Amino acid sequence: MAEQIEVLTGNAAAAYAVKLAKAQVIAAYPITPQTTLVERIADFITKGELKAEYIKVESEHSALAACIGASLGGARAFTATSAQGLLLMQEMLFWAAYGRTPMVMAVVTRAIAPPWNMWSEHTDALSQRDSGWIQIFCHNNQEVLDTVIQAYKISEDKRVMLPVMVCFDGFEISHTSENVKVPEQRDVDDFLPSYDNDLIDPEKPKLLWNGVYPDDAFKFKMLFSEAAQKSKDVIDEVHKEFDLRFGRRYSAIEVYGNPDSEIILIAMGSVASSAKAAVDVLNKEGLPIGLIRIRLFRPFPTNELQKAVERAEAIVVLDRSLSFTRGILSTEVAAALYNAKRRPTLFEYITGLGGAVVSHRSIVEAVKHLLPKIREQPKGVLWMKAGG
Amino acid sequence: MVTINELTDDEFLLKGNSSCAGCGATMAIRWVLKILGKNTVLVMPAGCVSVFQGMFPASAFGVPVIDSSFGAQSSISAGLAAAYKVKGKKINIVTLAGDGGTGDIGLHAVSAAAERGDDVLYICYDNEAYMNTGVQRSSLTPYGAKTGTNPEGKMEWKKNLPLIMAAHNITYVATASVGFPFDLMRKVKKAASLSGFRYIHILTPCPPGWGTAENLAAELGRLAVRCGIFPLFEVEKGKLTLHKVSSRLPVSKYFEVQRRFEGLTEEQLKYIQSRVDEELAYLEQLEKITSKVSKAE
Amino acid sequence: MAGQKTKIFDYTAYSLPTEGSAGFTGSWRSKRPVIVDAKCTKCNLCWLYCPEGTIIRVKGKIPIIDLTYCKGCGVCANECPSKAINMEDESKWLSK
Repeated sequence: MAEQIEVLTGNAAAAYAVKLAKAQVIAAYPITPQTTLVERIADFITKGELKAEYIKVESEHSALAACIGASLGGARAFTATSAQGLLLMQEMLFWAAYGRTPMVMAVVTRAIAPPWNMWSEHTDALSQRDSGWIQIFCHNNQEVLDTVIQAYKISEDKRVMLPVMVCFDGFEISHTSENVKVPEQRDVDDFLPSYDNDLIDPEKPKLLWNGVYPDDAFKFKMLFSEAAQKSKDVIDEVHKEFDLRFGRRYSAIEVYGNPDSEIILIAMGSVASSAKAAVDVLNKEGLPIGLIRIRLFRPFPTNELQKAVERAEAIVVLDRSLSFTRGILSTEVAAALYNAKRRPTLFEYITGLGGAVVSHRSIVEAVKHLLPKIREQPKGVLWMKAGG
Repeated sequence: MVTINELTDDEFLLKGNSSCAGCGATMAIRWVLKILGKNTVLVMPAGCVSVFQGMFPASAFGVPVIDSSFGAQSSISAGLAAAYKVKGKKINIVTLAGDGGTGDIGLHAVSAAAERGDDVLYICYDNEAYMNTGVQRSSLTPYGAKTGTNPEGKMEWKKNLPLIMAAHNITYVATASVGFPFDLMRKVKKAASLSGFRYIHILTPCPPGWGTAENLAAELGRLAVRCGIFPLFEVEKGKLTLHKVSSRLPVSKYFEVQRRFEGLTEEQLKYIQSRVDEELAYLEQLEKITSKVSKAE
Repeated sequence: MAGQKTKIFDYTAYSLPTEGSAGFTGSWRSKRPVIVDAKCTKCNLCWLYCPEGTIIRVKGKIPIIDLTYCKGCGVCANECPSKAINMEDESKWLSK
């Protein structure tokens, strides 16, 4: 298995993955910072490197609707968006998930307006956590490429049949170049079987999604939730198989630094990349700090998280999202740990909103500020100082 | 041409469904499906059709159907058409939506599908209001008609959706009425023989919504045409052909049998008559002008 | 009740073609269409116009109305060119 190393932005990495996955229908509407991703795909199609139909839709709502139609028509579908675009899609997000139409969407995370702001924040993707999509957050360009390919395998698995969002930070990942190993086509073909869908068949006519009375509706929701639950096993399997074939290991959560640390940081996306650097600095200074990077947000890896923080005194969530007064990741972490045998103290930091720089220095500073107080009761949500 | 003898006895809109007695939309859809046959998939948003299609586990349709959210029907169809193109599948894709789904909430997506030339037949069944939610005004409710959201009667003129679609320069645009079934079926047959985006706008009278007797759907469909209120025309490759009405009836003939127009004043009737006359004259002019048009294929 | 009863709880919700998806809709009827054989020209326009498809055409014979599902709207009677269909009170038939 030979892999080519290319210098790619996160968006280009996603586009390469779409090409390698041989997506057949692309429907997307331009929005910064997603644009270079879909332009690259259009380029592949124009050059004949990817045999796909690109539907130039008039809105994101239609982009996702078109992917639903494509998926039902038996085509592998892809779309990508950010912020306002994702919000405009909301109705169709649920339609795709509850309709059980496999597809992959890249969410290049961006802050929600007003005021207009095109830089990264996770509130857009996280605000759709109840839409029924599997959500995976990437923290570097290699992970973006690998995850888009994995996402199709997860999404199209008969036990799952759920759409998958591959989320990565606008600009910090989407527009930043890194070395990326690009797998060979035949290896991806071996890993990812082709997709079809037999629901629409004039010989066996079915009416999809007409009205359902309450008791039956309840049963369908249960079936949906069972599949959502089951998707966790499939994701683990896909991670394992990917590792075997391509030698890159991914898991629902990534533990970095000393797993037995007294204080554990929790972060997602590019914030986790800065946090890794911060952990290195702190460890060098002899401070026992670890990091848990949440890669899988939906379904939320509750068991893994409970186990990973078993011995910690305190956890510090570095949250790049805001739900009224708290971060969304924090509330999710808190909910996951509520029934844990031993709960560490939870400190919540809001950071990096609207693209505010989350440097490793600011994380180091924030952690040091907390150190003397970690045996005390937290006094509400903290806001990390913006700027590098 | 379509004759009664060549029509199939197969039914693709099955009896015993929950459409209102005497429903004009049911009539039209039954005919449309008889022409298209079983190798057809319907994409339908919320509307009367999504009500009388039945409740789980029963479907009133003998062809595959995809239920769409309200307004997304054109875009779901676009995705389906793209998938069929990539996969080489040959199935008629019919987007079937009402006047609200087409002219209001779905207009941007319909317009986009038309501009792209998606290989889809779009059928708009126009019952001139949001009927399945209990009669509320749409942009295609006619001037003077009373609905639940304008109990005093609508004060704005009906949106001319067929001409809006014609302005997209698509393969085929036609208006049809349940009052003229053979004309309607001929147009569907013609549209089915073409590819690209095709649009047929069908007037489907709604007895409960319009406040008429249950047996009048087809008759109202004829009256609307004979009074010049709903002109029948086709636009093919830019050329408009108007179906001429030999002895036009006064518009009042159409209004007097419908409770939704109750209380129209003489002045309003005069206004409607003059606007209907003007619109017909406009179409005649369009026919003349476009007869010289030769659109490159 | 008419209509299929087998519920399939597959991974996504779908329904199968069913006559009588809304039950025996003939019970909605207050007027019953009755064809006067002598007047019928077998043109089958009633079959064409019936919004429900509840009229069955038989080659060379007078059409049959499926009263299980006919909602009694009377479109057939209104459209019949030879006025061969009478709409009669259903109550009259029930008492027969």
